[in-house]
Parts: sequence; structure tokens; C-alpha cells
Amino acid sequence: MTNGKTGGGTGTQAAAAAPDVLPRTAPYWSAMAAAGQVSVLLIVALLLLAALLAATGHAVGPALLALVRGAFGSWYAITSATIVRMVPLGFAGLAVALAFRAGVLNVGAEGQLLMGAAAATALALALQHTSPWLAIPVMIVGGALAGGVWASVAGVLRLRFGVLEVISTIMLNFVALNLIGWLVRGPLQEPQRINPQSFSLPVSLQLPVLLDGTRLHAGVPLLLVTAAVLAWWLFNTASGFRVRAVGANPGAAHSAGEIPVGRTLVLAFAWSGVLAGMGGAVEYLGITYALYENFSPGYGYTAIAVALLARLHPVGVLGTALLFGALEAGANAMQRDAGVPSVVVSVVEAVLILLVVALDRWRARATTGRRGT
Amino acid sequence: MMVQGETTQGEAALLFLERLTRRFGEVLALDDASLRVRAGTVHALLGENGAGKTTLMRLVFGLLTPDRGTMHWRGAPLRVRSPAHALSMGIGMVHQHFTLVPAMTVAQNVALGGHGRFDREAAAARVREIGMRAGLSLDPSARVDSLPVGAQQRCEIVKALARDVQLLILDEPTAVLAPSEARELLAWVRRFADAGNAVVLITHKLRDALAVADDVTVLHRGRSVLTMRAADTTEAQLADAMLGGGVLAMHDAEEADRMVAAGHRAPAPDGTSLAQVQEQVQETVLSLRDVTWRDLRGVVRVQRANMTVHRGEIVGIAAVEGAGQHELLRLLSGRLTPGQGTVVCPANVGFVPEDRHRDALLLDAPLFENVALRGAGSRRGRLDWARFRRATDALILRFDVRATGSAVPARTLSGGNQQKFVLGRELSGDPPALVVENPSRGLDFKATLAVQQALRAARDRGTAVVMYSSDLDEVLMLADRVYVMHAGLVTEVIPDRDAVGRAMLGSRAADTPESLGDIDHTPVGSSA
Repeated sequence: MTNGKTGGGTGTQAAAAAPDVLPRTAPYWSAMAAAGQVSVLLIVALLLLAALLAATGHAVGPALLALVRGAFGSWYAITSATIVRMVPLGFAGLAVALAFRAGVLNVGAEGQLLMGAAAATALALALQHTSPWLAIPVMIVGGALAGGVWASVAGVLRLRFGVLEVISTIMLNFVALNLIGWLVRGPLQEPQRINPQSFSLPVSLQLPVLLDGTRLHAGVPLLLVTAAVLAWWLFNTASGFRVRAVGANPGAAHSAGEIPVGRTLVLAFAWSGVLAGMGGAVEYLGITYALYENFSPGYGYTAIAVALLARLHPVGVLGTALLFGALEAGANAMQRDAGVPSVVVSVVEAVLILLVVALDRWRARATTGRRGT
Repeated sequence: MMVQGETTQGEAALLFLERLTRRFGEVLALDDASLRVRAGTVHALLGENGAGKTTLMRLVFGLLTPDRGTMHWRGAPLRVRSPAHALSMGIGMVHQHFTLVPAMTVAQNVALGGHGRFDREAAAARVREIGMRAGLSLDPSARVDSLPVGAQQRCEIVKALARDVQLLILDEPTAVLAPSEARELLAWVRRFADAGNAVVLITHKLRDALAVADDVTVLHRGRSVLTMRAADTTEAQLADAMLGGGVLAMHDAEEADRMVAAGHRAPAPDGTSLAQVQEQVQETVLSLRDVTWRDLRGVVRVQRANMTVHRGEIVGIAAVEGAGQHELLRLLSGRLTPGQGTVVCPANVGFVPEDRHRDALLLDAPLFENVALRGAGSRRGRLDWARFRRATDALILRFDVRATGSAVPARTLSGGNQQKFVLGRELSGDPPALVVENPSRGLDFKATLAVQQALRAARDRGTAVVMYSSDLDEVLMLADRVYVMHAGLVTEVIPDRDAVGRAMLGSRAADTPESLGDIDHTPVGSSA
């Protein structure tokens, strides 16, 4: 438990003398401003990437061209590389955004996503001879529930034993990863028992492809609807408001709102896991059609960046997930076409996050006039 | 302490601040403020909330830099890079919110910021030595979070003295103290200054200022509007200057006296006739029956408490810090569930906690969301934000909250307006009962009056009000009945200053024939 008693005044006096304030900007404009800011930061990050490429002796022009072409260069690149990567990043990003809004630092979206995929795989084995109209929804819901249960473990650990969720969720990621490793060599291994991966999903049970000749699957509209519902719920319902209130100030939520803080936290945790688990199930049903050890290239971790860059707004998450999806798609193309290791793009992603966090801190300091300690 | 600035040097300014200006974004926090502190004196810095008192001192302590103006220290230009730098030059500051590490001992806290190896014995010896020299008793091996507030404050002071400061800035030092502790502290401040040092006392308690200070400077909206010898001024004149001089004409001292009196002393009971009062008093709204509450470590904080609160009365709670009053208030308002005993408490009880930043507001959320927070635990379905916006506008109007609209973040309001807002919110929907904890803590004169008025108005509308204040005079002034809490025990006491004061210190009227003055010397709740 943190002790707020002697924790230093949170700008009590400094902020006290502020009778006049700027008028509140309309949500539309603040959204545009946020998008504009991200674009500026992206340019800065790309300039840095160019510098990095030059410093490591790569040809800057062709490499960047490959990056852009890989992400947006063709109809195929957009639909089958960029948007396809946006889906798992988006679901996991929504999971992280919801948890962070509730004041829960869930860094376990990776593990929850893996558990969702594992549950969907297990259900696929059981339901492979039934109608896809039954099987697909059941697999998605089952994957979501598995993610929720996995996250709830950390939630209960925090509530009952005060275990910091940052520690428990990251540890549960490793547990999930190793669990997958065992599953694809044991109970869920393919019938020939040769490769460490699950059986391939029959075509009938795969998520329908929306456009012929692309990999654009039904998970994309599902993500859009999920983000819209989550945003509506967070900002317009009593329970969504409770989650935000607990995240903003648990003390005030308890004393002013008689909100059960602990229960709200655990529920937000569980729903966060549900979103990540759903992402895992959708990825399995729409893209990989099989479970294997490297099922996720760290979607759950990148999702933290996705959520932070979107300022924890569900609709913003769609935008930043698209951006990160494009960066990763472009990175692959850059490696293939220009011989530049794709990890270079991770540097850009990291710099983007650092810039956003630093900018927020700087702005907060400029308005309250306080020095950082 | 060194007797350095002798009285011969008395006229030379130890600290001289000239025409300082500091802006925070749109807000001009300091506007041409000047201050002259002489060695060997206590200088009271007065002003309403947001007048710039703390900002001015933060400049001196190196927490902020001025936009314009000059600062001189011992006759030389002063440029402070950081608090550590200020300390090394002999300037110390004790903040209103302490900056101690709760899990460390007093000695460790005092040694913090020093260099080299930490030697437990040497550090403890140093605390004892400084304490002895300065007359501040402290147990070096006590953990800070186990100490009462008064002792924590002594620890802060010793921490500054350990750096051999010659100027000590105290920000609202009496705000958190019981009356006897406050008197003890002010007496110490006097002795410290008499030894040739200087003290800047930031306060908005006129009495404290006049009781101990040699010089007084009043800030109003960032300007120093009055500087005088304390002996040459009156409470009325200071109050007038703090309110900006425009509220009361300077010569109309009688009027000002009356306003001060209204602020400090109990006014005559208002228009309600006795019969009316008795009629209202029939109905019990809140009650505790043999209620016991233990904290996480199993320490009994509230012990077999019995209490009743009726419709249309203000029940005051008087207690020194750490007597269990905070837990009692939360039990009464239904924010805590008792371990044993029964609490009768209707739904929808309003509760105003003392720390509004920590326990009452979502600082970065707009005001209308803060209004929606009340009762959010039991709402279902969709929220009608338009309704909350309208309710917020009405609240702003009714409780005279200075805000530019219902959509501004709560953080942008000044302390007094935040408190009026919280009080208004908790009174919305005419709750059957209202529990308030230190309602005027950190508020200026005008805001305090407004809050007290709102409490009386709620009482007159039939609300059962429970009010705890660390300012005994405020409890006596507002309360119809008084309960005193000491070491977890609750007793009803006649609302008389002496009786309440004695009960607060835990002595029974029967076995303490001595006057209140003597009792003041008993160490209040200090384990040191």
C-alpha cells in the first residue's frame, strides 16, 4: 500500500492560484490535435531511423522506400500485411488501455492473448465437425474467457495478497508461453506428432476472408466494433465511469462515490484479459490457423506502446494499432528488400513512446510550474 | 544556535526580496512582491489562499525561479539553484505537507541528504544534540509513520536545523496541530528567533501572526500590500488587507473588527426558536452502538463508541491528532464497516474528507464528472451527462464556486473553491446526514466563512451534520453538541472550552483540578 500521508503536496499551492482557465476544446479538435501530434512525432522518429540507417552503413533511401512500400505500397500490402497486423495489436491495445484506465498496470496482454489462442485451439479440436456458425462464436468467446481467467489470476493475487500486478502479469506471460510449448508437444500436437504445433484449422472453421485475394478477415470489423463499444461503455455508462474513477483516484472513488474499489479493479482486470484473449482467438482463427510456440511476436508488449500512444482512448488505439501494424509490415519488407534488420523499427517504436511520455511530462510541468523531482 | 545577528544589526535585512514576479501559464502568482526579513525576528507572511505566500517562499528555497525581481541574502545577491543549495546557505523550509520518509526512523530522516556513510549512533546522537539545544524533544529511533503529526513536524524542523539554518520558513505550521501543540510550536519559534535567527511564518491565522511575529507582510493577489511591525497593527487591519482593502474601507475599523469577530467567535444562535429546535431534535439519523474498529495491524482505533446524531443539529467532534477521529467519521458516514457493534446510517450520507485531493476529487476530470462521482457506486446503465452538467452549473451558482464552467478540470480551481465545490456536491440531493472532516483546512478567511455558512444552512434545512475540526474554536463555534475523542474513546462533553480541552487530553475533570494552562505542558500524544 502506498502511504500518501507525507508524500509531498501535489501542487496544492502552485495550482491554487488559477481562477481563469482555457476554455475546453471540443473532443473533435482534441482528437485532431492528438493525431497531429502523433504525426509530428512519427516524422521525428523516421528522421531518427534515417540517421540510424546512415550510421550503420545502409542506403537510407531504398531502405525507407522498402519500409513505406511494405506497409502501404500496394493494395495487397495494406490489406494483407498492415491491417492484418493491426488486428492483434488492436485487441491487445484495447486490453492495455482498459486496464490502464482503471489504474491497473496489466503488462500481461501477451500471456492473456496466448491463452486465448490456446483455448480457441482446444475448442477447435472438439468442435471441428460442427457448424461454423456454432463453432466460430464459441471459439472466440472461449478464447476471450481464457484470457479473462488468466488476467483474473493476477487480479486476485493483487487484491488478496497485495502482489504488484506488474510483477505477476509479466511472470504469467512466461507461464503462458511455456504452457503453449507443452501443449503443442502434448495434448494439442498435430496428429502426425512431428512438428511442435497444433493441427491446422479446417477451412470451414476459419474466419471468413472479406476480400478475395487478400488476408483481410472478419476479425477486422470485429475489432472496429469492439473498440466502438468499449469507447461508448467507458464514457457513457455508470460502470464505465466507475472504472475510470477508480483509475483516476481510488481514494475519491471510495469516499465520494461509495464505489467498491477492489471489485472494480478485479473486474477491469478480467475484462482487459477478455479483450486480449479475444485477440489471440481471432489471430488463430483468421491468420495462423494453428498454435505454435512463436505464435505472437510480442503483440502483447507492443500493445502497451499502442495504448500509451493512443492516450488510452479506444478509438485512438485503432489509429496507433494501424500505425504500428504498418511499421511492422514495413520492417519485414525492409529486411526482405533492403537487407536491413527489422529490429531497427523497434527503435523507432521505442523512441515514439519516449517522446510521447516526455512530452506529457513536460506539458504537465509547464502548466503547474512544478519541477520534476 | 549561534548568536550572530545581534540586535545592533537588527535593522539590516537578512533576507531582502524586491519586486518579484512569477507567472504560471496564464496565472500571475506573484506580481511585484517584496519582503524584508530582519535577523532576530519572526516575520509573518499573511494572505488568502492563492495570494502567493507559498510561491514567494518557494523562490527563496530554490524550488522555483523568479521571472523578474531581485533577491538578497545577508546583503549579497541570492541565486538559489536547488533546495540543497538553499540549505547549504542557511535557508530551511518546512512544507505544509511534510517531506519525510514514513518508513524510516527520525535519525535516518534527519541524516537523509547528508554525505558519506550512515552511522546510526552518530545520527541518533546528532538528533538528540540538536533537540536538546533547540528544545525539541524527539526519539531518534522512532519510525516516522508511528509519530503523531506534531512530532513529525518537530522532525522536519530538526532536519532543517541539522543543516545549521539561520532562516527557517514554516508553511502553515499550525494547520495540522492541536491548540496546545500549536502554542508550544509558536513559543519555540519565538525562542529560535530571539537567538539571532529569523523565521518566516506563512499563515492565514491572524491570531498566530500577531501572537508571535515582530513584522507582518500581507500578500494579496501576488502583491505585497502591507508591511508593518506587528505591534502597530490590528487583526482588523490585517484582515482588511488580506481581503484586498476594497471589501472594507480602511478607516472603517469597527466593521472590520466585527467581521473578524464573526470569523473567530461563536455568534449568537440564529433565529430558530428553542421549541423548534427541540421538535427537530427528536429524530435520530445516525447512531453508533458499541462500535469497535481495528486497523490492519489490529490496533483498536475506535473503542466501543456510542453516539447519536439527530435531525437538524451540528454535532462537533473534538480530538487531538491520532485519537481515532478519522475512523469514527468514516464509520458514521458508512465509508468503513465496523468490526463489532452496530452502525445506523441511512443511504446517501454526504462525506467531506479533509484531504480533498486524495479522497474527494478526480483532479484531472471535469467538474461535471466530479459531480457524477457522488453516488456512482449505485448507479446503473447509461449516464445522462447533460443532466450532470446542468447540476454542476446549478451547484457552481448556489455555492459561489469560482469556475469558468462545468467542464473545467477540478485541478484548476483554488483550494477554497474546490472545498466549496466538494461541500456543495455532498449536499446535493439533500442528504439526511452530512459528515465533514476539517472542512476549512487550508482555506482562507472568506472561504472559511462560506463553508461554515453552508454547514449552518444545511443544519437549518434539517440535515444531521457531524463536524470534526482540528481547530477547537471552530468546533465550539459551530456545534450544538460536542463529543470528544481521546485514544479511541468517545464521550459527550458540555460544549465548554475548558471541559473539552481537558477531555481532548484525556484527563478527567474530577482528578485534574489544575487550570488548562498547566495541562498545556503535558506532551500531547507525543511518544517522544
